[in-house]
Amino acid sequence: MTAGFWVQARSVADRDLLRERRRGEVLWITIPFGVIALLLVPLAVGTDIPLLRRIGPGLFWVIVMLFGVLVAVRQANTDSPAQRDAAALLGLDPAASFVGQTLTSALLLVGFEVLVGIAAVAFYDLPLQGWPWLLVVFPLVALGLALLGTLAGSIVSSVNAGTALVPLLVAPLSVPLLLAATQALEGLRLGRSILSWLLLMATVVLVLAIVGVLTARPLQETR
Amino acid sequence: MQRIGLRTLPAVTQGTPLAQLEGVGVRVGTTTILRDVDLRLDAGETLGLFGANGSGKTTLLRVLATLLKPERGAGEVLGAGLDSDDRYDVRRRIGLVGHVPALYPELTLAENLRFSARTAGVEAGRVGPVLDAVGLGRAADRRSDVCSHGMQRRAEFARELMLERELLLLDEPHSALDQDAADLVEGLVERIAVRGGAAVLASHDRERVTALADRCVEIKAGTLI
Repeated sequence: MTAGFWVQARSVADRDLLRERRRGEVLWITIPFGVIALLLVPLAVGTDIPLLRRIGPGLFWVIVMLFGVLVAVRQANTDSPAQRDAAALLGLDPAASFVGQTLTSALLLVGFEVLVGIAAVAFYDLPLQGWPWLLVVFPLVALGLALLGTLAGSIVSSVNAGTALVPLLVAPLSVPLLLAATQALEGLRLGRSILSWLLLMATVVLVLAIVGVLTARPLQETR
Repeated sequence: MQRIGLRTLPAVTQGTPLAQLEGVGVRVGTTTILRDVDLRLDAGETLGLFGANGSGKTTLLRVLATLLKPERGAGEVLGAGLDSDDRYDVRRRIGLVGHVPALYPELTLAENLRFSARTAGVEAGRVGPVLDAVGLGRAADRRSDVCSHGMQRRAEFARELMLERELLLLDEPHSALDQDAADLVEGLVERIAVRGGAAVLASHDRERVTALADRCVEIKAGTLI
């Protein structure tokens, strides 16, 4: 007897959240570095508030993308070969493992977006028009990045390429998410509809989820 | 150490091949790791596997665990062909304890076993009794990265006990173990054989393994001799 798909996915997510809570990499390393990166820009361009207000949303999303993908890749690529073998011999469905790892990364990334977002508002004096929409935008972007990072982590570990391949895999695929996220914030600032951008994000999430689930088994078996 | 009850395997009877390999070959890059390996493992049997470092013992165990698909030859493990999709379904019935611990270092021993139980669909209530059975009841809440290598290996044996495997593959089972833990390995192997399962022990410790095994084979440069 083996546990069902969602029980296994939840089991993987709970395990990884507990491991992250004990390691504290996202809370104590990634988030502070994200905040520092935001802080460095005003130091570089000077305290030109109108300029910072204009470029702030774009910078925020670039930082979320860069750090977010690193978080997700790291989460997907922490297991040793012995741990991967042991998990396979528990009857763990690779697709359930992919879903569980993605959910963990997505939760961590929502936390990252919120904390770095607060810093961005403080440093760049960003307007907060339409902020309730962020309750949809943040989880969608986090899910998209988590899927992308988990998929990249699985590919990298299947071909034993270290993390050298990650930028090549991630850069082109993150463009639609970055574009949609930036345009959604801009739309909110100008009071325009952002539904088309949300639709683009949801489409990216759906495509990545399908690709990730379908390729989970072949990627595991080529390790 | 406590004794805990184990069910008898219903579908397997003594003398039935649990695993069979024919002409199996494995290469990694340009290096041949296994060549023309023929092996039959019967239900109820304990097999000793000897060989020098780099002779192919661990690779052979990974083939038997269905984790490594051979490039040449054919084989079946627990009724599943090594190149068929059925092998994914039988993995849950195969245990592999390697010489590198597979525990998650940030989790306690009990949390590690609870993860295994939940993922494999086993009642989490079995975690406490199996940790007691391997003498780790009082260390259950200790993080595995602060446990000794021997304690980590005991915890892995507890996992195998809990999951009631039918085919148990042990790589250097006696390394880093004290006398009590070594007795534990022997008890575990004997109980699996009695239940109609089988075990393979890859080791350098010829004396101990010969005493435990029904049959021993040697592997040299990837070939069984």
